[in-house]
Amino acid sequence: MRVAGYGRVDRARKLRFRFDGRSYAGFAGDTLASALLANDVRLVARSFKYHRPRGVMTAGSEEPNALVEIGRGAAKLPNVRATVQELYDGLYAESQNRWPSLAVDMLAVNALAAPFLGAGFYYKTFMWPPSFWEKVYEPAIRRAAGLGRFSREADPARQEKAFVSCDVLVIGAGPAGLMAAQVAAAAGADVLLVDEGTAPGGRLLAEDEAVGGKAGHRWAASLAEGLAALPNVRILTRTAVTGAYDGGTYGALERVAEHVAERGDAPGVCFWRIDARVAVLATGALERPIAFPGNDRPGVMMASAIRSYLHRWGVVGGRRVALYTANDAARRTARDLAASGVEVAAVIDPRAEAPPLVGVDAPLLAGGRIVATSGRLGLTGLTVKTGSQTHRIAADVLALSGGWNPSVHLACHMGGRPVWDEALGAFRAPEPGAPGAVPGLLPAGAAAGIWDTSGCLASGRAAGAAALERIGRAATEMDLPEAESEPGSQTVVFQTPGRGRAWLDFQNDVTVKDVQLSAREGFASVEHMKRYTTQGMAPDQGKNSNVGALAVLADVTGRTIPETGTTTFRPPYVPLPLGAIGAGAEGKGFAPERFTTSHAASRARGTPMIEAGLWYRPSFFPAPGETTWREACDREVTMVRGAVGVADVSTLGKIEFHGPDTGALLDLVYTSRMSTLKPGRVRYGIMLREDGHVMDDGTTARLADDHWVMTTTTAAAGQVMAHLDMVQQCHAPRLRTRFTSTTDGWAQFSIAGPKAATLLDALLDGGHDAAAVPFMACGAVQVAGVAARLFRISFSGEHAYEIAVPARYGASLWRLLVAYAEGLGGGPYGMEALNVLRIEKGFPTHAELHGRTTAYDLGLQRMLSPKKDFIGKAGASRVGLLDPGRERLVGLRPVAAQGRLLAGAHLFAPGARPVRTEDQGYITSACYSPTLGHDIALGFAVAGPDRLGERLKMVDHLRKCTTEVEICDPVFLDPDGERARA
Amino acid sequence: MPDLVADTPSERGATKVDAASLSVLAYTPMHLLAPFPGGSEAMAAALTEAYGVRLPAPGESLSADGAELRWAGRDQALLLGPDAPAPALHTHGAVTDVSDVYLRLMLTGPSEAADILARLVPIDLRPLRFASGATAKTLLGHISAQVTARADGVEIMVMRSFWQSAFHEIETAMTRVAGRAALPPD
Repeated sequence: MRVAGYGRVDRARKLRFRFDGRSYAGFAGDTLASALLANDVRLVARSFKYHRPRGVMTAGSEEPNALVEIGRGAAKLPNVRATVQELYDGLYAESQNRWPSLAVDMLAVNALAAPFLGAGFYYKTFMWPPSFWEKVYEPAIRRAAGLGRFSREADPARQEKAFVSCDVLVIGAGPAGLMAAQVAAAAGADVLLVDEGTAPGGRLLAEDEAVGGKAGHRWAASLAEGLAALPNVRILTRTAVTGAYDGGTYGALERVAEHVAERGDAPGVCFWRIDARVAVLATGALERPIAFPGNDRPGVMMASAIRSYLHRWGVVGGRRVALYTANDAARRTARDLAASGVEVAAVIDPRAEAPPLVGVDAPLLAGGRIVATSGRLGLTGLTVKTGSQTHRIAADVLALSGGWNPSVHLACHMGGRPVWDEALGAFRAPEPGAPGAVPGLLPAGAAAGIWDTSGCLASGRAAGAAALERIGRAATEMDLPEAESEPGSQTVVFQTPGRGRAWLDFQNDVTVKDVQLSAREGFASVEHMKRYTTQGMAPDQGKNSNVGALAVLADVTGRTIPETGTTTFRPPYVPLPLGAIGAGAEGKGFAPERFTTSHAASRARGTPMIEAGLWYRPSFFPAPGETTWREACDREVTMVRGAVGVADVSTLGKIEFHGPDTGALLDLVYTSRMSTLKPGRVRYGIMLREDGHVMDDGTTARLADDHWVMTTTTAAAGQVMAHLDMVQQCHAPRLRTRFTSTTDGWAQFSIAGPKAATLLDALLDGGHDAAAVPFMACGAVQVAGVAARLFRISFSGEHAYEIAVPARYGASLWRLLVAYAEGLGGGPYGMEALNVLRIEKGFPTHAELHGRTTAYDLGLQRMLSPKKDFIGKAGASRVGLLDPGRERLVGLRPVAAQGRLLAGAHLFAPGARPVRTEDQGYITSACYSPTLGHDIALGFAVAGPDRLGERLKMVDHLRKCTTEVEICDPVFLDPDGERARA
Repeated sequence: MPDLVADTPSERGATKVDAASLSVLAYTPMHLLAPFPGGSEAMAAALTEAYGVRLPAPGESLSADGAELRWAGRDQALLLGPDAPAPALHTHGAVTDVSDVYLRLMLTGPSEAADILARLVPIDLRPLRFASGATAKTLLGHISAQVTARADGVEIMVMRSFWQSAFHEIETAMTRVAGRAALPPD
C-alpha cells in the first residue's frame, strides 16, 4: 500500500502495467517491485526447487526472489529482477517457474518431497543408468526446477558496446562515491562516476537523514548536478560495474532504455569497457538476512529495503510490520515506519541486553528468537520465544537485519580473498597491494566497512585524495558536510535456532540443513559446499547468502569464519546478457565484408558468392537455362580452354617493395633466387616457415630495377605480410628495402584463353603484341589513358594475362573486360571454374599447402636453392622430411571413367580394410574435368610419385563412396606448358 | 575506343543523423613514405625542401601548402595531396602510391564523432585527449583503421575493400547514439 506523504514517485503520472495477466497501475518513478507492493501483490515468484511462494525481499540488484520475465515473444527477457526494472506505461511482466499459476502451482508438490530433495539429491538419485541422465532425468528436472525460459528465437533487441577512458573511475555514487568524485573533479582529474541506481545518492535516497543541513537525497542530487556540469566529469547511472580486469579495465552494464516503453533506435543495454588509471570502490554494502524457520514467506523483507520502499516510493508491503534484528541501526526501520503511521507489531532483538526502544510505541522482545512463521501465500504471523515464554505476533511484514556485508566483489575479481574483520563482523576487501587485490582499486565508505554517513563521507574524501596521488595530482582542501555519525552497536547474528527449514540462499532454495548435510557428507570445504548445495549460484551469485552460508558451515565444522573462507568472486557482478557482450556481432556484424570492385556487377548477374576469408568472390556466373553449378562451371572451363575468360583475382595479396636491397630480402624469404630476376620479368616462388614446411606460394614481378610487387594467395596475405615484417625487423634490419600492402589499391583481372591476346589487342591503348610480351613477362600498359600493369602469368595453363588498374577504375574495367570477352565467345568465370582449371594443371593451392606439407611433399624440391640460405632451409633438410615414404603429391584418376573422386576421401591398398591404420593417403582437391571428360583429383599418397600407374581404393566414409583410382602425374593437361607459352 | 570511369563512393555514401554526418572523402593522391634504414634525416630534409614539413612524430599529422604528412606506423608516413611526390624523396626510401589502397570517411561534429566512435574504437577520441591533428592506428570494430582528428570531426581511413562495412558500422553507431539522445529525460 502507498503511504500518504511519503515517497518521491510522480503521483501525477499514472502508469498502467500487467503482471501475470492482471492489469495494475503505478506511478512514474516506481520499480516493478514497488508498484506490485503498492498494489498489495505480495506473492511474485515461486522458489527454484521447492516452488515455495516468495515475495519481494530487497530493493536492489541483489534481489533473490522477485525474478520475472519482461516482454513477450522473441523480445521476452527472463530473470529480470523486479526491484531493478523501472516501471513504464504498458510494461508486461510474468512470473517464472510456476504452473499453471503463482497461487496454484502444481509443482509445489516438490515441497512435499523436500526430505528427498536436499543437497546432493541429483548426484545421489540419478546415477544409474548413465544414459538416463541426458534423456530422462535432466529434462524432467529442468522442467520442474529453474528460473526463466528462453524464447528460443533470435533476440530482436539491438544492444550496444562502447569504450570509455578516464583518470578516476568512481564505482558507486553514494555518500562515499560522491565525495571521492568531488575531490577528484576539483583537482581537474577526468572523472567517471558510475552508479547502478537510477540517480546518484545510494543509501541517501532511501533514508530519512540529513546531510549538510538538507535531506540526504537533496544533498546528493545537488552535488551530482554540480559534478555533471563540470567538463571533466561524466556520470553514468543505471550502470553496474560487472568486473575488474587487467590493466585498469572494468566492464559495466548500462541499462540504457529498458526503462522506457518506446526505445526508438536506442539500445536496450550497453556493455562498457572502462579504461581507468585508478578507481574508487564505493559500492556500499548489502544487508544480510537471518536464518530461522520459515524465513522465506512473502512479506519477509530486509529492514533496509523496507526503508527504501517507504522513503523512495512511499510504499509499505503490509499493514503490521515486525522487526527482527540485533543491530541498533536497523531499528531505524521501526522508527521510520512508526513516524509514517504504519503499525509496528513488535521489535524482536536476539540480544538479551537489547537497549530499550526509543520513539517507537511497540513491544520489544529482548532475547527473542523467531521459531516459526505462518501464512501460506504470505506472512500472517510469527511465533517468538523469549526464554521459556512463547509469543504469537500477528504481522504481515517482517523486517530482517543480520548486519551488513561490504560489497567487495569487484575487489576480489583478480584472485584476491576478502579479509574477515572480527570487530566489524564482516569481510573486507583485500588491502590495496595484497596478493590478488585489483591494482589501483581503493575501497571507500560502506564497501570498506564504514557504516555511518559521516564516516563514509570522510572515507570517500580520503579515497579521492589517494586516487589523485596515484595519478600525480594534488587534492585541494574540502570540507565535509554535517551528517549522522552514530553507527550503532550490533551483535553478529547469522541464524537463530528452531525446528524447521531455515533458508540461507533464497534463490537456490538452500537451507541451513543443506549446508549441515553437506558438511556431514564430507563436503566441508566452502567450495565443495557451494557445488554440493548450489548455494551462491544463479543470477544473484549469493549476494545475500554467501556469508551466512559459510558462517553456518563454520559453525557445523567447528572452524572460525576466516578458517572457512569464502568462495571465489567472479565477474559478472550482475547478470550480463549475452546480447550485450556480443553486441554488434549479430548477423553480418560477426565479421566485416571485403568487396572487390567487380562485386556489384557480379551480383547483378545473380552470381552466388563464396567467402574467402573476409572476401566475397563469385562462385560461378549462371547462364540462362542452367540449373546447377556444375553446368555453369563446365561451360566456364570450356570457355577458357576454347576462347577467353575473365576473372577477378584482386583478392590475392599484393605487397609492393622499393629499394636496392629488395632482391636480397626476397632471396631470404623465397626458397629460390629472386635477386637475379630481370626488370620486366615475373618468377614463381615458394616461401617456407622456419620449420621447413611451405607457408605460401605466388609470383613476384620486378616492375623496375628497385620496384617489385609480390603476389600472395588470398588466404595467406596477412600471414605473409606479418612474416615479412618479422624477417625485416629481426633478420634484415639494415637492408635498404621497404614494403607495404597494396592489395586494395589495385583491381586485378585474369584474362585467360587462346583469345586472350586478341582481347588485349582491342583493350590496350596502342594494341597488344603477344610476341613482345613473352610468358612470365610484365610491364606498364595503358587502358583508355589509365596507367595499368600487365603480367603474362597463367593459373589456368592457358595463354593468359593479369591486368591491374588502380582500384577506382576496377568496376569500369571489369564491365569492359566482360563485354570484350563475350564478344569473342567468352565471358566471366568464377571460383569453381578457376579451381577446375588449376587442378587440370596440377597447380597447388592452400588445399595442398595446408601447413603440413613440405616442398619435397609437393614435388617442388628442386625449388630449394642449394646455393644460398633461405628461411626454412635447415628445417626442410631434416631427414624425416625427405623420407621418400612420406605422403607426396600425386594426381589421381578413376579407373572407370564414371568413377567419382571426392576431396577429403582417403586412399587404401585395393585389398586393405579401409581403416586408419591402413591409410595410404588422402585427396585434397577433386573435380570433374570437362576437358578430359572424367573426374580428376590431387592428393597425397605414401611414396606417391614412385608409384605412378599403381591402383588404390578411394574411400569416403562420410559420403559413403568407394572408387578404384590410379596414381598419375599431377599435371593432367599440357604437361610441357605449350599453351601458356603460345 | 574503350573508356574507363573512376568509381566515386564519395558521391554515393553520405548520411546524417542529428548533428553528426558521415561521408566518404573524395579521391586524394596518397603516397606512403618509408625511409630506408638510416635515411630518415635525409628524407626529412627532402620533405622540408619540397613541402616545408618534417617527418611526423608518432601520432602526429602535419599540414603544409597542398600537402599533409601523417604518421603511419613505425618509420612510415603518408603524404597526402601531391600527385607525384618530389623525386628527391625516392632516393632516401620507399615511396609507394597508395591512393587507391585506402578510402577515407569523415565523421563531422567533434564531440559527436568521439561519442559515436566510442562504440567502435577502443581509444579515447574526445578532443580533450585526441586534439585536432592527432592520428592513431587502431580498430574500428573488427576493421583495422587509422583515425585522425580534424577541427570539425574525425577522419577514419580504412582499406578500400572494407569501406562499405566500415560505413555501415559507423552509421549503426550513429543511429544508436541518436536513439539514446531521443530517450525521454529522467
